[in-house]
Amino acid sequence: MTTLDSSKEIQKNNSEVNETHEDFRMFGLVTFLIADGMTFAGFFAAYLTYKAVNPLPEGAIYELELPIPTLNTILLLVSSATFHKAGKALLKDKKSDSRKWLFFTAFLGIIFLICQLFEYFHLPFGLTDNLFASTFYALTGFHGLHVTLGTLMILIIAWQSRINGGRLSSQNMFPLEAVELYWHFVDGIWIILFIILYLL
Amino acid sequence: MTISIDPQKTNNESLQPKGWLRYFSFSLDHKVIGIQYLVCGFLFYLIGGTLASAIRIELASPMSDFMPRDVYNQVLTLHGTIMIFLWIVPVVNGAFGNYLIPFYVGARDMAFPRLNAVAFWLIPPSGLMLVASYFVEGAAQAGWTAYPPLSITTPQSGQIIWILSVLLLGGSSIFGGINFIATIIKLRRPGLKLMQLPMYCWAMLGTSLLVVLSTPVLAGTLILLSFDIIANTGFFNPVLGGNVVVYQHLFWFYSHPAVYIMVLPAFGLVSEILPIHARKPLFGYTTMVFSIMGIVVLGLVVWAHHMFTSGTPPWMRLFFTIATAFIAVPTGIKFFNWVATLWGGKISINSAMLFSCGFIINFVFGGITGVALAQVPFDIHVHDTYFVVAHFHYIVYGGTVFIIFSSIYHWFPKVTGKMLNEKLGILHFIITFIGFNLCFAPQHWLGLNGMPRRVAEYDPQFQFVNQISSLGALLMAISTIPFLINVFLSVRHGKDAGNNPWNALTPEWLTSSPPPVENWEGEAPLVEEPYGYGKEISEQK
Repeated sequence: MTTLDSSKEIQKNNSEVNETHEDFRMFGLVTFLIADGMTFAGFFAAYLTYKAVNPLPEGAIYELELPIPTLNTILLLVSSATFHKAGKALLKDKKSDSRKWLFFTAFLGIIFLICQLFEYFHLPFGLTDNLFASTFYALTGFHGLHVTLGTLMILIIAWQSRINGGRLSSQNMFPLEAVELYWHFVDGIWIILFIILYLL
Repeated sequence: MTISIDPQKTNNESLQPKGWLRYFSFSLDHKVIGIQYLVCGFLFYLIGGTLASAIRIELASPMSDFMPRDVYNQVLTLHGTIMIFLWIVPVVNGAFGNYLIPFYVGARDMAFPRLNAVAFWLIPPSGLMLVASYFVEGAAQAGWTAYPPLSITTPQSGQIIWILSVLLLGGSSIFGGINFIATIIKLRRPGLKLMQLPMYCWAMLGTSLLVVLSTPVLAGTLILLSFDIIANTGFFNPVLGGNVVVYQHLFWFYSHPAVYIMVLPAFGLVSEILPIHARKPLFGYTTMVFSIMGIVVLGLVVWAHHMFTSGTPPWMRLFFTIATAFIAVPTGIKFFNWVATLWGGKISINSAMLFSCGFIINFVFGGITGVALAQVPFDIHVHDTYFVVAHFHYIVYGGTVFIIFSSIYHWFPKVTGKMLNEKLGILHFIITFIGFNLCFAPQHWLGLNGMPRRVAEYDPQFQFVNQISSLGALLMAISTIPFLINVFLSVRHGKDAGNNPWNALTPEWLTSSPPPVENWEGEAPLVEEPYGYGKEISEQK
């Protein structure tokens, strides 16, 4: 069923409307990402408050090492760039190039998740060991959930941009642009998380 | 706008069920969704009201004799949660917002109709889940605030169901908020400026901003709380090194704005109703807009006034007292604007007008006690007493619920094409107004004398005043009877309303009643002066 939110249909039906109706699906997505960002803001605020007022109990272990998360930061930054490449290629209707970049981005996302799991299994503390351990797992876990969803969505749009019968083209950029914006958002959250959790 | 010529949509519309059956379908029509919200909310209001009656029966005597203490705690928890998350927030935002906002911006539907339907259909299952949790192992007992450590130590299954249900309702609320922001900002009819919008649009824009900014924080907090309950983490559990005050900060970061999420739309609705029934332009349109936005900004930075007894440091008390006192300024401006709108107007005394005036009276009462509660020395004395209960019921019932009824009387002719019976309506108002004030005014006195809230038993010296309060609650329960009779009779046998029984100028009245599927037969009218009542008369002369 066609609804008002598919501006593609609107454009097809009437070019006049095109001038007065911009694509407000992106607007809705940005609003949603602001809301999502507020969830993270709440978590960050809680963590920083804990850090300020709740001392680590004696004998509790809470130590983080930098190499893996630094590698993860680089992975996500590179993946943002490769996603951007995929968008540029699709804009020029080079579908196979676009697909390659999308798969490469998804691959980087999967490597990120594997590194994250590797870090989890080698940390000297578990979820319920102490307050900071719990906060660490909650924050990185919630972010990891976002990366997982993002990777799945990238795979879906990579499937949709297949050459025969794919829905994505330079005429229909929205799915790719939406996932790209989401991916940059998840990337940005990781950088804040990296600074607050590992560097501070 | 030419969206209506899309043949695919009209085809599919004809496949949708007709008549009353469409209210049980996944309809994308904003008017159907609005009514779904309203009726669903009202059913939960009846459940929540029954629970409230149970509370007042229990409190008619000092001992815990009507129900066991833990059942009392479950009942008050369910009452608060249902009334807030399933009645007031969905109805005052979802029901009236969905029905009216597309008309006001000159659109044929909301910006994201499918998201809109999803947002509504999240509500019935989560509401039923919440009510059903009573039969599992007992419903949640920790109040609608679910403060730890209480919420961690009480039986777990009820609390977890409560959390899941509130998370779903929060998600529904966020989807609705995104939709309203996109509709108001992006879907306005060409030529319609922001400063020409009816005031309810501004109220909903402000409310939706609060929803989008604060509800996710509650969601995050409740996720952490559920980890504490299920996975034995210690975020908010002092025994495991956690911090309960962090929960309170995060919770009130949502739940204070939630007060504005419940009351700002009511401000908008009353601003629509008063000018029409007083035949005067809304006084001070621009100041109204700026006070709404002022309330939105200030509403986000006053949350800790709920926590003056939680060991807040002095600087925090000072800041939050001052910030809270400042909120009285924009609210006062709005209050004076309504009075000025009525002043010298040609007022028709009908049910919609009476409920709106009742709102103004009750709200000023609740507002004054609100300013009093913001003062730390006073707040410390009455914290967690019946004074607080009286205060917020004056805001939420005396304010918002009065406006919900006022709006039902006002827009019923629009939705059904029939008038509600005025005599039954005035009877409904009189019983509600007397019952409400009889129920909650004495609770100020109880609170000042130190009767704690949320306890099934109390000092016998308070019995007489509590019985007066319970009598008021009985009247409030009775008051729904004339209302229900009125609605059921009028839907069938009501007087025909015609398209515009109030001679109103706002856009929703400029189409037929009930409106056609896509709101207007032709193009949407451009209403540059939704409140141009005085002008209209002088031009006619």
